[in-house]
Amino acid sequence: MDWMTRLKTGLWEDNPGLVQLLGLCPLLAVTTSFVNGLGLGIATLMVLAGSNVLVSAARRFLSDEIRIPVYVLIIASLVTCVELSFKAWFPALDRSLGIFIPLIVTNCAIVARAELFASRNPVGPSLADGIGMGAGFLLLLCAIGAFRELLGTGTILGGLDKLIGGEPLAGIAVVDGGWLLAVLPPGAFFSLALAIALKNVIDRRNRATRATPAPRDAGRVAS
Amino acid sequence: MSRHGKNPIAGALTLAAIAAVCATLVAGTWQLTRDRIAANAKAELERNLAPALGGLEYDGSLTAAMVELPPPHGLPGRDAAAIYRVYAAGAPVAALIAVTAEDGYAGPIRMLLGVDTNGVVTGLRILEHRETPGIGDGIAHDRSNWAEQFTGRALGAPPLGRWSIRGDGGDFDQLTGASVTPRAVVKAARDTLIYFDANRETVFAMQSAEEAQ
Repeated sequence: MDWMTRLKTGLWEDNPGLVQLLGLCPLLAVTTSFVNGLGLGIATLMVLAGSNVLVSAARRFLSDEIRIPVYVLIIASLVTCVELSFKAWFPALDRSLGIFIPLIVTNCAIVARAELFASRNPVGPSLADGIGMGAGFLLLLCAIGAFRELLGTGTILGGLDKLIGGEPLAGIAVVDGGWLLAVLPPGAFFSLALAIALKNVIDRRNRATRATPAPRDAGRVAS
Repeated sequence: MSRHGKNPIAGALTLAAIAAVCATLVAGTWQLTRDRIAANAKAELERNLAPALGGLEYDGSLTAAMVELPPPHGLPGRDAAAIYRVYAAGAPVAALIAVTAEDGYAGPIRMLLGVDTNGVVTGLRILEHRETPGIGDGIAHDRSNWAEQFTGRALGAPPLGRWSIRGDGGDFDQLTGASVTPRAVVKAARDTLIYFDANRETVFAMQSAEEAQ
């Protein structure tokens, strides 16, 4: 499989959040603004790409007995490295993401890619898979974050200073005030449901225009 | 995949080798980042020093006469507390005390309380918290003006028994939908004032980190 196919799989066809429905806890919890979504997305992408590379490089030495402990070791180490880096270079973003950076350890999308892909493929394709899946997760986090921020607080790009430094920014006010529910947990579920529905509609349209009576279901769900 | 089969030693050695690689990775990152991380935490605290003084005049730098108190220090919080002594014309005028309210809704709340030598609060700033967005996060100065109600208060005003939120029969406003978060902050502020009241002389007599060197 070439790079483009791997990227497309992660970004769209097998998107970890929209299709595999993995990593929903951070996805629902931190997407209260675009900047928060972007921050956690970058952190997750780095961990996912790194863990895929390391697991793939070590795959010849992994017996069944030590496979899972090795995944845990690698993922936990990478998350610690990413957390320290955020604390050093993006301290404000680290403060607003709080516990959800260390909790990337528990994002099952990462261990799923290690087990399903990286432990069975060479380093190159594993890196492509990690970047594709990570980017798919990142874009979804950004989209839901931007949507909830606009609805909940009426701004776009609020808190951008956490990423680029400088004075605190309230963001570009689009409408006055907001609908608080959107930034509370129920808003996260509504937004994700809308995103999944939108993807299914687009997939159905595409299949209809191609006029290929493909029988497979759009909303394939993995456990 | 069962390469090691019945040989647990080989498996253990592989695991140990990978653990060594991972430990090196983490140790290297820590080496690279630790100075920046310490500097960031200090910068965040110091950004809030002047605002918590509420416009009080002071000599030189606010960070010069800082003391760090390792636990147990008698102030709220399980980790180290910091006190920045503030002087004007060589005489003590106020102290900025960084403490932790351990009983926040979503974890500890780091806060900075400014109090002048008469025991009157000059300002309160939240340094770090994980309270619910849209509800408990109103304690932070960039979210609402809730914390401003502390300015001008002291241990006798209101009386000690009324140093609690309105829902508990006290004099402090809550936040809409949140009582746990404001309750934790009010309690930590009150305990900090009690400490300052009892230790006023000691606080200004302590040797600062710079003097000790």
